[in-house]
Amino acid sequence: MTTASVSSSSSHAADEPGLARRVLSWLRGDPRAALSLLVLVLILGTALLAPWVAPYDPAHQDLEHMLEGPSAAHWLGTDDLGRDVLSRLIHGGANSLYAALLAVSVALLIGIPLGLIAGFVGGWTDVAISRLIDTFLSFPAIILAVAVTGAMGIGLTNAMFSVGLVFAPQIARLIRARTLVVRQELYVDAARCFGASPLRLLGRHVLPNAIQPVIVQSTLLLAVALLAEASLSFLGLGVQPPDVSWGAMIARGYLYMSLVPEQMYAPGLIIMITAVAFNALGESLRTALDPTARGHG
Amino acid sequence: MANRVKQRMVAARLLQALPILVLATFIVFCLMQLIPGDVAVTLAGENASMERIQQIREAYGLNQPFLVQYGQWLAHAAQGELGTSLLSGEPVAHTIARTFPNTLLIAVYAVLVSVLVGVPLGILAATRAGSPLDSTIMGAASLGVAVPNFWFGMILVLFLALGLQWFPATGFVSPLEDFSGALWYATLPALALCTNGIAEVARQLRGSLVEIQSSQHVRTLHAKGLSPARILWKHGLKNVSVNLLTVVGLLFNKILAATVVVEAVFAIPGIGSSIVNAVLQGDFPVVQGAVLAMVVTVILVNLCTDLACTVLDPRIHA
Repeated sequence: MTTASVSSSSSHAADEPGLARRVLSWLRGDPRAALSLLVLVLILGTALLAPWVAPYDPAHQDLEHMLEGPSAAHWLGTDDLGRDVLSRLIHGGANSLYAALLAVSVALLIGIPLGLIAGFVGGWTDVAISRLIDTFLSFPAIILAVAVTGAMGIGLTNAMFSVGLVFAPQIARLIRARTLVVRQELYVDAARCFGASPLRLLGRHVLPNAIQPVIVQSTLLLAVALLAEASLSFLGLGVQPPDVSWGAMIARGYLYMSLVPEQMYAPGLIIMITAVAFNALGESLRTALDPTARGHG
Repeated sequence: MANRVKQRMVAARLLQALPILVLATFIVFCLMQLIPGDVAVTLAGENASMERIQQIREAYGLNQPFLVQYGQWLAHAAQGELGTSLLSGEPVAHTIARTFPNTLLIAVYAVLVSVLVGVPLGILAATRAGSPLDSTIMGAASLGVAVPNFWFGMILVLFLALGLQWFPATGFVSPLEDFSGALWYATLPALALCTNGIAEVARQLRGSLVEIQSSQHVRTLHAKGLSPARILWKHGLKNVSVNLLTVVGLLFNKILAATVVVEAVFAIPGIGSSIVNAVLQGDFPVVQGAVLAMVVTVILVNLCTDLACTVLDPRIHA
């Protein structure tokens, strides 16, 4: 009974006047965010439905039609093995987006607990974790990811796990800073007085109130992760043939750049569009979720 | 009095950098431990005899306790002994000395271009905040952040090197041998790297300038009848410069990291491409040494920008 009343006051910002309605009013007030979301849903939907949407099998080789320009049969032309570029773009999108999501998930899974512990326990634990965070942040991100991938073994999953590892300190630092603020709040004190265990305090009261900046950062990180996937696959450390990703397509296009420059336009542009959309969505979420920008009500 | 406070802050910052430096070396050392299986077997290469593996184990001190190994490695690293490449047998320190200047040239070049282009754009956007020009600049900035820089590099090669033939498409000369020639080769890579930097500098500068312009004391200056240009210069940019220095410090880290891919596009023998080649071929001493060199550089650059901020910051007066 008592915990219920305490928790309702702690999270009342999160579940009042209906999440759906708030999302709707946010999107109506911010056309750029709505457009970004639409673009992302379209790209993600196409990627998820790749086997049904793509006009050809992405691995099907047609050696009589190699390195052709756009035509009615192949809207974006064919690559050096006569494979349909559009189909590869659609299938590659699935891998690229999976890679970005994987990296950000790993970052959240490592960063959130680390930040919560540092901010909540305090003392030497905090000092130790904070120094670790500072140190990781001074590593050039892609370089560290390249080195960790090398040590763990080349491949898309390992590569994106490394990227997640490199992102984790950013999340941890954000959560730590918010936790330091939130743990001083009255409702956390109250819950503690009622005998809530530390785990319950963290999960039920601290985390929900510390998560907003992390939601924003994760959206922005999706764009960075997408670019990281492209980089690592371009270097040959990410996706391995016959699998395809946007980065791997650019790498392929690079080889035939002087012959058919059109090969590399599409994957680069789609990466840019997706990254712009993630960034715009993140920036919009920042204002929408900012507790100081919204009236208390 | 003010000096005393600043001295203390500088000393504190220096002390703070020390544990980070040590931790960073520890992390780099731990990288070797991530390799699955027996490191000695990996280092010995395929088809190595048991004796060879045993030799390597002793040579690298792999039979010692972990922390002892770390201590020995750190002591060697501090003297510039980073082992030898498994493939070429070249001392890793030589590899770094040969490749790092190339990478540094591109990175510094890109940072300079970022600042030289980003600052005017940021000022322009801030002074005309809300105008079409402002939204054009900020729109371009959001593209600049999102473009994969190695892909942009390829586009530059396509148009400026293969098309117009203004610049060489690939290759490099060492800046230590022929500086102007090196600049010539470094121009396209630097341009490819600087999109992100220009965008970030312009955004940050615009943001802080707009904030300052709407502050009480600047509005008072307007009311006093000072010209906007004078206000911008004396009160805006002076306050923002410290901020900008921090941005540039962080930018250096990002751009240095991004060189790894751009070097691959332009076939530049830099430290990034030696890391990638070493990773692809399992040459772990090179990976370890080169990553160490980069991380130490970044920590030192961060330290320098922080110190410069402390010294320059007009707010620190006690």
